[in-house]
Amino acid sequence: MKPTIVVVGNGMVGYKFCEKLISKSSAYQIIVFGEETRRAYDRVHLSEYFAGKTAEDLSMSSASWYADNGIQLHLGDAVQEINLYQKKIHTQSGLVVKYDYLVLATGSGAFVPDLPGVEKQGVYVYRSIDDLDHIKAYATNAKSGVVMGGGLLGLEAAKALIDLGIQQTHVIEFAPRLMPRQIDAAGSAMLQSKLGQLGLQIHLNKSTSTIEGNGHITGLRFNDDSVLETDMLVISAGIRPRDELARLAGLEVGTRGGIVVNSQMQTSHPDVFAIGECALYEGMIYGLVAPGYEMAEVVAAQLAGTNKLFKGFDMSTKLKLIGVDVASFGDAFISEPACRTIVFEDTHKGIYKRINISNDGKLLLGGILIGEAEAYNMLLQTVNNKVALPPNPEDMILGARGGEQAEGAGVMSLPDDALICSCEAVSKGDICCSVNDGALSLDAVKKCTKAGTGCGGCVPMVKDLIAGTMKANGQYVKNVICEHFEYSRQELFDLVKINKLKNYDLILDHYGKGDGCEVCKPLVASILSSLWNDLVVKQDTIQDSNDRYLANIQKGGTYSVVPRIPGGEITPEKLIVIGQVAQKYGLYTKITGGQRIDLFGAHVSDLPNIWEELVNAGFESGHAYGKSLRTVKSCVGSTWCRFGLHDSVSFAIEIEERYKGVRSPHKLKGGVSGCIRECAEAQGKDFGIIATEKGWNLYVCGNGGSKPQHAQLLAADIDSKTLIQYLDRFLMFYIKTADPLTRTATWLNKLEGGMSYVKNVVVNDSLGIATQLEEEMQLLVDSFHCEWKEVVNNPQLRKRFTHFVNAPTEKDPSVKFESMRQQVKAIW
Amino acid sequence: MEVLADIEWVLACYADDVPENGGACMKHGDEQIAIYNFSRRGEWYATQNLCPHKQQMALSRGMIGSAGEGCEPKVACPFHKKTFSLISGDCLSGDDYQIKTYPVKVMEGKVYVGIA
Ligand code: SRM
Ligand SMILES: Cc1cc2nc3c(=O)[nH]c(=O)nc-3n(C[C@H](O)[C@H](O)[C@H](O)COP(=O)(O)OP(=O)(O)OC[C@H]3O[C@@H](n4cnc5c(N)ncnc54)[C@H](O)[C@@H]3O)c2cc1C
Ligand code: SF4
Ligand code: FES
Repeated sequence: MKPTIVVVGNGMVGYKFCEKLISKSSAYQIIVFGEETRRAYDRVHLSEYFAGKTAEDLSMSSASWYADNGIQLHLGDAVQEINLYQKKIHTQSGLVVKYDYLVLATGSGAFVPDLPGVEKQGVYVYRSIDDLDHIKAYATNAKSGVVMGGGLLGLEAAKALIDLGIQQTHVIEFAPRLMPRQIDAAGSAMLQSKLGQLGLQIHLNKSTSTIEGNGHITGLRFNDDSVLETDMLVISAGIRPRDELARLAGLEVGTRGGIVVNSQMQTSHPDVFAIGECALYEGMIYGLVAPGYEMAEVVAAQLAGTNKLFKGFDMSTKLKLIGVDVASFGDAFISEPACRTIVFEDTHKGIYKRINISNDGKLLLGGILIGEAEAYNMLLQTVNNKVALPPNPEDMILGARGGEQAEGAGVMSLPDDALICSCEAVSKGDICCSVNDGALSLDAVKKCTKAGTGCGGCVPMVKDLIAGTMKANGQYVKNVICEHFEYSRQELFDLVKINKLKNYDLILDHYGKGDGCEVCKPLVASILSSLWNDLVVKQDTIQDSNDRYLANIQKGGTYSVVPRIPGGEITPEKLIVIGQVAQKYGLYTKITGGQRIDLFGAHVSDLPNIWEELVNAGFESGHAYGKSLRTVKSCVGSTWCRFGLHDSVSFAIEIEERYKGVRSPHKLKGGVSGCIRECAEAQGKDFGIIATEKGWNLYVCGNGGSKPQHAQLLAADIDSKTLIQYLDRFLMFYIKTADPLTRTATWLNKLEGGMSYVKNVVVNDSLGIATQLEEEMQLLVDSFHCEWKEVVNNPQLRKRFTHFVNAPTEKDPSVKFESMRQQVKAIW
Repeated sequence: MEVLADIEWVLACYADDVPENGGACMKHGDEQIAIYNFSRRGEWYATQNLCPHKQQMALSRGMIGSAGEGCEPKVACPFHKKTFSLISGDCLSGDDYQIKTYPVKVMEGKVYVGIA
């Protein structure tokens, strides 16, 4: 019979131990006991449970994984006693199991301070899915909430409360700063102001004396006798290793808790191991998952017959709060004179960065990043691998300024044993090897090495390594469109253009294979429009649904109608028409964020009739459905405003009329402001124009959306004619070279040479293509036609707008509405 | 022994009512059936119109195409682009959905859908 290993605890580390052991050896019978009723799940991403992930999504393995691998799993059955001499355990349900080796992976629990009132209703900890279920249920009736503890977990819990819709969320911290273990006072101040913007109220230096309330919590009283009223409390004041079982059995435990282990993870009893958050190694509890996995590796390796020792672990961390980047790495707190520090602080953008370098300037020792932590992975690698610093170490946090990118700073310069994925202990060498062996995509590398499957923080670096290795091997790193076209968008664009192809099937026959798909069809459609500006409805079935029906599809299957209102200017007569149409067809109306009016809830079969009335009143399509120009937002400008320098409305209308209908890789938005006060928010647009004393400033490549970015100055103080010339060139250059669904800002970020390159092409004509770009744009401008007008006047095309092909007058009966504030709202 | 299911062939529409390489929706009692004219391959398919992902009556408005070396014909839902095989009805985007498929025949310019 095989020797038996009993694993106590089915958490992240206990699970990882099983996974590692079965991959190394099949010599053991493994029996696992877990106190929770669920299979091991990803506690690191626990908060995503509130964002819609299910317990199953968070599971570390499939339901059949244990059985498939011959592992006995007992859930909801805690081990209650260990008999070290008879080598037996007793469980809650009464099972008695003999073991040859015992692995304790009991993790930790939340530390709950001994305060009067902690037992009251509405007081929770944040550790398990069950905890989250309770918090969620209670939060439905709570308006305010407090998190006790301003550390890593506390801030995460606080963000979760906000996401649950608790209007007033407070964090109280005993120490004089947030995340006292990771960041310094200056960093904490910056973080505090950032969190304030997220809606969190932070109270430092607060020590709680009582939890008030009658049965359920109503508030917290502090030592200074102040009171903070609250409907609920989440305690996140630290963790406490779950060593109760070990303690009871007589294993050695630390004075402040934790099961004492040596570098082989053996407890005071050599057949009993402890791993993960319950283990105390050299006086330290490692409260992160990566060191826990390393401990699991050490034990699994030994049991499989190889020698491996635990040597401590780097505790660098990156906080995963959405909206604020926070990271600390290496020796974050070391200070002068033991080292030299470089600090960068930008209170305007809320960025604080500090790096500590050795006195001889050669090595990076550690640092802190708040507000912007993109450099984290690279900095961590620089510390861990003792990579020599560049001559200007400040470049590492500021980026190279004024010229060439700092040489040798890339991932490819790291040593082979550099640990890239600390969750799964995957080195640079492992990743490069797997690429050399044919894993050429992120998914393939993930499958091969497991890199990037834990917290995911290393994914950008893994991608860079894949691209770098392929490049070094002379493999062409290609951005192919999909399985049907082995070309990038730009390549296909050129092929279609040179060969004057105008039809999707023909292009597929010439340059592709198979029958196309939902990726390449709309992409080719966009290329065709950008080149020839043919009517999109002519090849309607290669268009995305919105372009096919010339309207945005909504929940429930109805469509929205957005007539163009150039520059946001509209006559009372036209406003009345919109109102009448909405009334007649029962549409919900709303002023959009783009200075026009959206009419929602139209049945597909009503669309042609609605548009017929709008077209007759002089409206045109607003292309709200297309990857094309949306709106050019204007401010009122010099005609009315006392500050206005030029007539921004007229110019916005002129620009919107010029580029309306032009198809592009992604949508385009513009803005024109009459002065530097910038009421049109032009710098948040793909192109923005601001009046100056001498003319106009032209800014490009800005956007709002999920990753807002300000537009950058392309040319200053130019006249209207030059501006349109530059804009023609800029837009056409973008249209021709951007990847599909890439906004101008993202395109610029990826463009080698960045803004100075764009300036050179557009303003200095460095490629000698300026005239060509202008001509191509002029062709598009001249060939504009209102798609809706064409449809309205073409009975053949109108016929397409029906729900039932065999009952054209009937509407989709599954569409239902209810009323809300005197308008309709779809039920779905 | 072979059991021949009783298939009723229901007239849906004229062939040129369904756009080339696209779909249209037919009403059959309370049922909505999506019919696809895969003219690139000279083939016709039919499936339920309801997308099982978020219960949207939308598949007939989806884009059709093919997947893989074997060129499995498929439709992509216009809402979130989940794709389904037009032959087996299996979801090809890795989820456990399955949609109903129906046989189609075209005679003298008329399209008939087979309902069991
Ligand atoms: C109607 C409107 C909201 C409103 O009621 O105000 C709206 C509604 C939609 N937006 Fe928007 N956006 C609207 C203004 C905006 C703005 C504000 C602005 O333009 O000043 C932004 C941020 C600015 C920006 O884009 O840079 C905005 C950023 C987005 C994004 C994110 C874009 C990005 O690059 O990150 C999307 C998603 C996308 O396009 O892929 C989006 C996508 C959508 C879609 C098309 C989502 C969809 O596919 O169903 C919505 C459908 C509208 C419909 O059915 O008619 N909408 N959207 C606004 C229409 C403006 C208009 O008149 O055309
Ligand atoms: C909200 C949150 C966010 C986090 N974020 C991060 C992060 O970003 N990065 C990071 O590295 N770490 C993070 N962590 C920490 C990380 O989750 C832990 O380090 C990791 O889960 C430790 O694994 P473990 O197996 O040691 O303990 P656990 O995952 O706690 O598993 C222990 C299991 O043992 C069970 N058990 C205990 N006693 C018994 C018994 N007697 N019998 C049977 N079963 C028993 C417990 O019920 C539990 O299921 C986070 C933790 C939380 C709660
Ligand atoms: S941007 Fe200038 S001109 Fe336009 S409304 Fe504001 S202050 Fe007036
Ligand atoms: S509803 Fe069809 S993919 Fe989501």
